[in-house]
Amino acid sequence: MSKETFRVVGQPLPKIDAWGKVTGETRYADDLVLPRLAHGKLLRSAHAHARIVSIDTARARALPGVLAVITGHDLPRVKFGILPVSQDEEALCTEKVRMVGDAVAAVAAVDEETAEAASRLIDVHYEPLPALMSIHESLAHPEVRIHEYGDGPNVHKNVALQFGDVDKAFAESHLVREDVFYFEGNTHLPMEQHAAVAHWMADGKLTLWSSTQTPHYVHRLLAKILDVPGAHIRVIAAPVGGGFGGKLDPFAHEIAACKLSQLTGRPVKITCTREEVFYIHRGRHPVLMWLKTGFTKDGDITGSHIRTWLDGGAYGSYGVASTFYTGVINPVTYKMPVYKFEGARVFTNKPPCGPKRGHGTPQPRFALECQLDKAAEQLGLDPADLRKRILVEPFTKTANHLTVTTIGLGECIDKVVEASGWRDKRARYAEAARDTGAKPLWQPRTRKGIGIAGSAYMTGAGTAIYWNNMPHSGVVIRADRSGAVAVLCGATDIGQGSDSILAYLPAEVLGIEPKDVHVHPADTSLTPVDLGSYSSRVTLMCGMAAIQAATRLREVMTRAVGRKLNVTPDRIVFRERKVGVLEDWDKAVPFPQAVELAEAMHGVLAFPGSYAPPKRAGKYKGGGVGPSPCYSYSACVVELTVDEDTGWITLGEIWIAHDIGRALNPLLVEGQIEGSVYMGIGEALMEGQVFRKGLHKSPSMLEYKSPTTLETPEIHTYLVETDDPEGPFGAKEAGQGPLLPVIPAIANAIYHAVGVRLDQVPITPDMVLRGLELKRQGKPARIGPDKLPLFRFKDPIVVESAFGQVAEAIAVRPFAEPATFS
Amino acid sequence: MMRLPAFDYVAAKTVEEALRALADAGPDGMLVAGGTDLYPNMKRRQFEPKTLVGLRAIKELRGVSGSAREGVTIGACTTLTAVASHPGVARDYPALATAAGVVSSPQLRNMGTLGGNVCVDTRCNYYNQTYEWRKAIGFCMKKDGDICLVAPGSDRCWAVSSSDTAPVLWSLGARLRLHGPGGERTIPVAALFHDDGIAYLAKRPDEIVTEILLPPADGWRSVYLKLRRRGSFDFPILGVAVALRLEGDVVREARVVLGAVASVPREAPKAAEALVGRRLTTETIEAAAEAAAGPARPLDNTDLTHPYRKKVARVFVARALARLAGLDHGPSMEVA
Repeated sequence: MSKETFRVVGQPLPKIDAWGKVTGETRYADDLVLPRLAHGKLLRSAHAHARIVSIDTARARALPGVLAVITGHDLPRVKFGILPVSQDEEALCTEKVRMVGDAVAAVAAVDEETAEAASRLIDVHYEPLPALMSIHESLAHPEVRIHEYGDGPNVHKNVALQFGDVDKAFAESHLVREDVFYFEGNTHLPMEQHAAVAHWMADGKLTLWSSTQTPHYVHRLLAKILDVPGAHIRVIAAPVGGGFGGKLDPFAHEIAACKLSQLTGRPVKITCTREEVFYIHRGRHPVLMWLKTGFTKDGDITGSHIRTWLDGGAYGSYGVASTFYTGVINPVTYKMPVYKFEGARVFTNKPPCGPKRGHGTPQPRFALECQLDKAAEQLGLDPADLRKRILVEPFTKTANHLTVTTIGLGECIDKVVEASGWRDKRARYAEAARDTGAKPLWQPRTRKGIGIAGSAYMTGAGTAIYWNNMPHSGVVIRADRSGAVAVLCGATDIGQGSDSILAYLPAEVLGIEPKDVHVHPADTSLTPVDLGSYSSRVTLMCGMAAIQAATRLREVMTRAVGRKLNVTPDRIVFRERKVGVLEDWDKAVPFPQAVELAEAMHGVLAFPGSYAPPKRAGKYKGGGVGPSPCYSYSACVVELTVDEDTGWITLGEIWIAHDIGRALNPLLVEGQIEGSVYMGIGEALMEGQVFRKGLHKSPSMLEYKSPTTLETPEIHTYLVETDDPEGPFGAKEAGQGPLLPVIPAIANAIYHAVGVRLDQVPITPDMVLRGLELKRQGKPARIGPDKLPLFRFKDPIVVESAFGQVAEAIAVRPFAEPATFS
Repeated sequence: MMRLPAFDYVAAKTVEEALRALADAGPDGMLVAGGTDLYPNMKRRQFEPKTLVGLRAIKELRGVSGSAREGVTIGACTTLTAVASHPGVARDYPALATAAGVVSSPQLRNMGTLGGNVCVDTRCNYYNQTYEWRKAIGFCMKKDGDICLVAPGSDRCWAVSSSDTAPVLWSLGARLRLHGPGGERTIPVAALFHDDGIAYLAKRPDEIVTEILLPPADGWRSVYLKLRRRGSFDFPILGVAVALRLEGDVVREARVVLGAVASVPREAPKAAEALVGRRLTTETIEAAAEAAAGPARPLDNTDLTHPYRKKVARVFVARALARLAGLDHGPSMEVA
C-alpha cells in the first residue's frame, strides 16, 4: 500500500455515527436508564466567596423520597485537580466556597423533583468574604486570599522565560510596537449538558458512565478522590454531545453520583442544568496582554516580548498549562529570532477557566495578528505580504525550542488571498472609505473592509498531564472469523470524529470497508489508554496506534495467505475485502477466509498498537508545554460591512485555508473548520462570560449570545496538504487551529472598513460607535484596555534561543515499530 | 432550569368555559395560549399557578377575517406564523406581518399566538433567571423580593415591555376585544398597558383578550424595525413601529411607537407632530427621529448597553420613515 493508492483515506465519507446522531439513536449519558435508578442533585453556593460555618442536612433527609444526602464530610478529605501541581478542588466544599456555583452538598432521591426539593431544604450557614471579580481586584487585594497556595497572594502561577536578548533586538529595530489587548472569557456552550450515571454494584465495584472527554484521567482521579483501588473502578465515556474542552476535568456531579450510589445501593444519575454548565465552565480565560515586537524596515521581526495576565477563576484546573500556552505557541508561525514570555494566572471568585478550543492560544494570537496589521500599515506593507515574508522555515526550531516540521502557512495565505480577491478589495474599499461627505440620517453609511490573519496550533501535546514513559494512545485490534474487525481504543468521540478515524485507518490498511470495522471506544476496563480528547491529539495519536495495530494484523494475515497461495509475502495486497496477488486476483482469498487462515496459523488475532510522541521537550523548566509532533497552520480572510450609524457589523464572506497535512476525510475536516469559524465568530463578536454583583450575568442559552446559522456567513474552505512525516498518513489536526485566525481577521477587517482599532473582544456595535466618535474628535480611534496591573513577574529562566536550528525530519518515537507507511 | 412544577390544566372549548374555569381557579389561575413564554417562566418559578386555563382548543379564537376596507379581525389564538404568512395582513398591515414574523424562532412562532405576544410578560435580566440565580442575587420586587435591582432606589419595577406586535398594533390604532364575567368590551391597544414592570397589563385578571381588531387600512402605510443581537431567537431590545396615513405625499396622520424602551410600548406624539402636514423630506425625517428618541428611556437590564440602545433609536426611526417614504436606503442591519 502506498499513499498514491488510498481507497478510504481522502474520501468524503459520512461519520460512522452520523446515522445514530441524526436519528436520535445515540444514547448519551442522560439517556441511560437502569433498574432502580435514583436521581441526584447538587446544592450549589449562592455566594461568590464565603466561609462555610455549618451545613445542616436534617430537613432534607426527612423529606419522603430522599435516599441519601451527603456533604464533603462524607467523602475522603482529599483535594484534587486535573494537574498534579494544582490539587485545589473539593467535590463538595467543606470549609469555603470560592464562587457562585461551587457544590456544597448532594442529594439522591426517587426522582429529580424530590432531589431538587430536598436540596433546597439543606441549611448552609455562610460567613461571606469579599469577592474578587477581576484580575485587577485580585491583585489589588492581597489581604483577601482565595487560595493559600500559589506564586503569591491570589497568584496561581507566575512564569517567565527568555530566549535571547529581546531588549538588544528592540534597540536595533526600525520599528518597535507596544500594544495592549484584552480577550474576554467565554464558554464552550456544548449542546449536551454534563451528565453522569454511577453504579456502585453489589460486588463492590464501581462503574461510571459520563459525558467526559477523558475517561482515563477521570479513572485515575476517582481512585484518589474516593480512596478506592483503581482496579475496582470502570469509567465509560458515553457519546459526548459536544465537549470543546469543557468536559476534561473530574467534576462534582460525577463524584457525588458515585458516592450516592455507594450509599443507596442504587445507580444514581446526575444531569446538570444549563445554568450549572456555565458554573462548571473551564472555558476560555479572560487574558490581558501586553505585546512588544520589533521590526526591521522590511518587516522582519527582530524580537518579540509578551506579557499575559490570565483571569483563572476560582480553581487551578488546567490553568498552569493555559498560562504557558498564552506564551509558547506564537513563535511557530513567524520568525522570531529572540523571544520573551512572562505570564501570570490570577485567582478570582468566578467559575474556573481551563481549556477551550485553542487552549490559551487564541488570546495571544489575537494580539499578535492585530499587532502585525498595525505594523504592516506603519511600514507601508501589505498585511498578507508581510506575513508571507516572515514565515518560519520548515524543519527548524523556534527561539523557544519548538520543532516545526512541515509548514503550509504560505500556501494557506496564497489560497485565501487569491480566492477572496484580496488585493483588489484592499485597494477598492480603502478608496471608498475616503468618501466622507455629508449624508442624511436615514441613509445608512456602510463601509466594507477585508482583513487577514494567520495562525498555528498543536497536533497533540508532546507530554502527558502526569509524567510517564507509557504510550499516549493505545489500540487493540481483533479480527473476527466473520471478517469483522474490532478496534478497541480509549479515545473519546466528542463529535470530532475519532470513532470514524478508528474505522477508516484500519479499513485502509486491511483493504476492507469502514462499515466492517466495529469501534469500541473509551471504556477503561476494555480499551487501552488514550489520554483523552484534548490538544488536538486524537487523530494523530490514536491514528498512529491504529495503523500500527492494523499493520501487525496484516502482517500475520499476509503470511497466512502467502502460504496458502504459495507466494512470497511481499506480493500480497489487501483490497476490496480480499487478500491476494494483484496479477492473479481471481485466486485472491476473501477477507473472512484470510482471517480464518491467519487464526489457524497464529491463534487469536488480537494485536496492540501504541503511540507516544517524539521526545522534543526543551531542556528547561516549562519546556514540556508547547512541543507537539507537528503544527497545523491556518490563514483566514474576512470580508465584512460596518454600518457607521449603528456600529453594526455584518459578516460578508470568510475564506479559510488550513494546512491539514493530509485530509483523512475531507468532509470531516471541512466540518471541523466550519465549526471552528463559527465558534471564532462568536468569540469575536458576541460571547462573553460577564459577571455582575458576583453572579454570571446570563447563564442561559437565550441570553448568553452565541451566533446562530443566520449570523454565520458563507465560508469558503481550502485544504492544504503538506504530508507531514509525523502524522498518520501525513495528517495533522483540524479541530482547533482554524478557530484562531478568525478573531483577529475580523478585528483587522473592521479597521480596514472604518479605521477603528478594536483591541478587545468581543467587539460590540457599541464599541464601534465609540471608536468612530473618537475618530471624529480627532483622537486615536482605538477601543481597548489601557491599564496594566502593577505586577512583578519572576526573574526569567534565561535560555539560549534555538531559532533557526535545523530539526530532524522524523524524530525517534517510542514504540514506533513497525515503521509507518511511506 | 428546573422542571415544570405540578399544575392542573383545563382545556377550555369555549370562551365561556374558559372564563368559568378562570373564575373557579381564583388568584392561582392563569391563562395560557401557546405557552412559549409562560412555560419557561414557570420552570424558573416566575409564575407558580395552580391551574392553567388553556385557550388552544377554542376554535373561535383562531383565524383572520375582514378586509382592508372595513378592517380586519384576528382571533387572539391565531399563531404568529399564521399572522406573519397571511397574505392580506402582509399586504395591508405589513408592519404587523413583519413583527409577528420576527418573534423568537420559527418553532416558537408555530406555537406562540398573537394575543400571547401582545400580553407577553415584561423582561429584565435580573428577573428572567432561574429561581436559584434570583435567590443568590437577592430576589427583586417583580418576584419574591422587594427592591428593584436595576434601579435600587426606585419604588417601581422597570422590567421592559418586550412584545414585537404590541407597538405595531398600537401604531395601527388597533383595538382589543376583551371577554370578562360581566360581558365583553373593546379597548384601544394603548389602553391595555400600565407603565409598571409588574402590573404592566391594565386589563382585569378575569378578562380574556379574544380578538384583535384592526381599523381600515386605506391610505395607511406601516413598518416595524427591530433591534436584537441575532437574526432569530432574541426578544427585541428596541422596536420601532411607525404607521402613517398619506394624502399624495403629505402625511395626514402619524403614530410612532417604540418597543422595549420602557415597561410599556412608548408612543412618541411629538414625532407625530413633526410629521403631520409635511412631506417626508430629509428635514422632516430628522426632526421626527429626534423627537421620537426623546421618550426612549432604556435601562441597563437587557442585552447591549442602554446608551447604545438610546443612540440608535434615533437612527432606527429615521430609517423606518425613510422606508415609508420609499427612499432607497440600501442594505442595513435592522430586522424588518
